[in-house]
This record gives sequence, C-alpha cells and structure tokens, in this order.
Amino acid sequence: MKFDPAEFLNFTFTWRDVLIGAIVTTLLMAVVAQIIGVLLGLIAALAGRSRNPLVKAISVIYVWFFRGTPVLVQIYLLYFGLPYLLGIDPFPKQYGSLPELIGGGFVAVTLALGVNEGAYMSEIIRAGILSVDSGQAEAAKSLGMTPRKTMQRIVLPQALRVIVPPLGNEFNNMIKTTSLASVVGVTELVLLAQNRYGATFQPFEPLLGICVFYLAMTTIWGIIQGRIERRLGAGTRSEDVPGFWSRMTGAGRGRQGDTGGVR
Amino acid sequence: MTGHIHGTDVDVSRDLLGAIGGVPTPPTDMVVDATDVNKWFGKLHVLRDVTLTVKRKEVVVVLGPSGSGKTTFIRCVNHLEKIQSGRIFVNGHLIGYRDVNGKLVEDKEANIARQRQEIGMVFQRFNLFPHKTALENIIEAPIQVRGTPKDEAIEMGRALLTRVGLAVKEQSYPSQLSGGQQQRVAIARALAMKPALMLFDEPTSALDPEMIGEVLEVMKELAREGMTMIVVTHEMGFAKEVADRVVMMDEGVVVEEGTPEHFFTNPTHERTKSFLSKIL
Repeated sequence: MKFDPAEFLNFTFTWRDVLIGAIVTTLLMAVVAQIIGVLLGLIAALAGRSRNPLVKAISVIYVWFFRGTPVLVQIYLLYFGLPYLLGIDPFPKQYGSLPELIGGGFVAVTLALGVNEGAYMSEIIRAGILSVDSGQAEAAKSLGMTPRKTMQRIVLPQALRVIVPPLGNEFNNMIKTTSLASVVGVTELVLLAQNRYGATFQPFEPLLGICVFYLAMTTIWGIIQGRIERRLGAGTRSEDVPGFWSRMTGAGRGRQGDTGGVR
Repeated sequence: MTGHIHGTDVDVSRDLLGAIGGVPTPPTDMVVDATDVNKWFGKLHVLRDVTLTVKRKEVVVVLGPSGSGKTTFIRCVNHLEKIQSGRIFVNGHLIGYRDVNGKLVEDKEANIARQRQEIGMVFQRFNLFPHKTALENIIEAPIQVRGTPKDEAIEMGRALLTRVGLAVKEQSYPSQLSGGQQQRVAIARALAMKPALMLFDEPTSALDPEMIGEVLEVMKELAREGMTMIVVTHEMGFAKEVADRVVMMDEGVVVEEGTPEHFFTNPTHERTKSFLSKIL
C-alpha cells in the first residue's frame, strides 16, 4: 500500500500561511465572481426584456457567447488576450501595495468567472421573472406603479423564490470552478497541492487533502443555502425546502410535488 | 350593516369611503368617455367601434357572453390593453396615448402610471401580492406611488380593512385567506389610492358561491356611497339592484344599453333577449 497517511495529515491539517492563503483565495474568487455574475445576470435579464432591439441584441449575444464557449478559453482570452490587445499588462503580478494574493491572475480569473457566470445567472433570473404570474405586474401597474417599481417591489421579490435554489447550485459550482485559476498561476487550493507533489512526488495525498477543503466549503454553503431558502419560503409549506441530507446527496429531490395552492 | 344576500354574515360598514376621507371626486363630470374604440388581437377584431360614457357617480354594468369583448374593453380603460383606433378619455385625459395629428402615439410609461393612479381595478383572480400581508398589500401603493407617510398609510389601511370586515386579518398572507376575503382585500387595496373610478373585471367569477355575497355587499356599499364604477359581471341581481345603466356587448359591439328596468323587462334586441333568457 502506497498511501502515506502521515503526508495526508501533514498536508491537510498543518495550518500554515500558504494553506490559509489558498483557502482565502479560493473563497474570495468564488464570492466576488458570483456577485459579479448575479449583477451582470440581472442586467442581462432585464436588458433581454427591453423594448429597445439593440439593448436586447446585446443581451442575447452576451449570453450566447459566454454560455457557448469554455470558461477556460475565456480565462485565457482575458488573461493573455487583453495585454496583447491593449499593449499594456492590466494583470501584473502585484498591484502596487495591494497584498500579493490579489494579483493580476486573481483579478483576471475572477473577472472571467464573473462574466461567464453572468450569462448563466441571466437565464436563471429570466426564468424567475417569467415564473411570476402576469397578474402580479398588472395589479401593480393598475395601482399606478411604474415598470421599474413594479419590477423592484413586486416581481423580483417573488422571482427570488425561484432564483435562489439554482443560484445556490451556481455558487457551489463556482467554489469548485475557481480551481481553473491554477492554470494562470494563482495559488488557490489546486496549485497548492500541485506545488506540494511537485516536490514530494506523492500526488494522491495532497489532492485528497484539498478535497477535504472543497467538501468543507460546499457543505457549509449547503447549510447556509437551506436557511436562506427556508426564510424565503414564508407563506409556503416547509416540506418544499429539502433538508440537509437530501441537499447534500440529491436523494429524494426532483419529486413532483404539490405547488401549494393558488398564488 | 350586515348583508344577508347570498347568505353572508360579513359586516360591511356604512361609510366605507370614510376610510379614505370620503368619496373621491372625479375632476370631470364625464369620467369615462370612449369613442369608436377598435382593437384587434392579431386578426381577431375584438372591439368594434365601441362608444361608451360613464358620468360621475354612475354605476355601469357591462353584460355579455364570454368573448364579447367586455373584459378587454375595461382593460383598455386603464391601458392594460392597447387599442388600435378610437379615443378613451378618463378624468379628462386621453388614456395611454398622445394624439399626434390625429394619430395615436403610445404615451411614456411614467405618464400612463400617473393616469392609472386615479383608476382602481379589481381583478377576477384577485392578484394580491402573495409575499405581503393583507395590510402590506393595501399600503404598498400609497407609500410607493403617492408618497403617503407610512403611519398615515397604515392608519388608512386598517380603517379600510375594518370596513370590509377584515380587521382581524391584517397580518394574514393572501394564501391564508379565503377567495372572498382576498377579493375584499383587493377592493380595499384599490380604494387606498383614492381612485376617481373603479373598474371591476368579473370580481366574483372565481369565487365559490357562498363567498359571492360578501364581495357584492362591499361593491353595493361603494355604489351607494357614490363611487363611479364600471362592473363587468354575470351577477344579474347586482345589475338589477345597483346599476344606473346596463350595457350589453356581443362580438365586440355594444348591442344595447339602458336602465335596468328597460333592460330586464323590455329589451329591444334579439341578441339581448336570447342572452337574458339563457342566464335568467
């Protein structure tokens, strides 16, 4: 048996600056990219409903391009392509006095992941808006609300119930997709493991080690997501929100349930 | 008073409009003035030269078989539907459009929204906001649209809820209310904007029979107090008792119009006679 438990435990549970840095980098990239994605997605979803054909076309092309090409290629396009096009490097190793952690690679990957995510979020938000009964917008308009107020106060809050579960999935994915940052030299978890086995020639132990961290992050997120969904579910039946185990494993999900009466 | 028609025992207060500071007075004597309105859904000609007026404090009931265009017409009155030709003036303003050299050009959203503030609408399927309580449903538009201070809006909202017999339900969500209760909240919500005109689009058609009475009771009280109303309904009892004028529509045309007495005892048109014989 080749597995070296001492190496696994040593890699995983010895708290050291590079490990903490890699975890922070991973989480920070995921959170910032997801926030960018939600904002861009909201803008693209609303633009897609615009009466202006140009605005609508921009939204359609954006979603088409970023959902239709690999995110790894998008990272390369941004990281290598932008300096090439601009003639200056917007992604240097370090930005002035900012910590080294937030260097050019970090910024490029976070931007690319965020812009890519926006295309998916746009579809999710669009579906959420469509899920709200058209009578809701009509009632709001009949009370004298402008389209903007109607969207802000009436439609979007109700769309949230449909948007949040897939948004949670997207963030779960995002935590793991940050691993692509390793290809442009960002020291997140995967590069941390690679650096280790580059020196020890024992790849299995550190790779298993970073799985522990990914699992810890996604599990904690799963718990948070459940709490958020339960809070949004005010006025609906609590059985509709999956419990912890079914969320983690997928067991018992996708059941055709009662949709909960007239809304 | 307590209504016992349709077997209800819901308390509907006298002075319902006292909750909003009395009967809102429409700015013009002619509240609705629609002339030669035409509308098509694709190739389907759903409104054909519809001309209809509603004066201040008048209650007009629109009858007709389904597909006659009656619902479409009142939805045009607050511009939830576009029209292709004709003019609809509400409170003295051309609704939804600007008249540019005799051509209809759709108005800016902000202007349309401003006009709609003066027109209350009650829908067949209530359309209460499910993420808001009964009270929140009522105070939303006064606060967000009229800029009414929150405590003032809450006071008015409570007064309205009390007068439609739902004081104890102010913290309930729509899903916790019966259909009749939801529709009474919806009426209160529309009234909270102090509209000069109320539109009712088949307000009792989605209700269980035992709940129809409580909603009609509220509407009758509104009519008694002098609210200007257009009511699309199949409730003949309501039309007979409350309407100042009854309008019969069929296939997008106003077939006949007159007082309830004329209408129910002595209709002139064959189409009206056959329609009434089927539903009375």
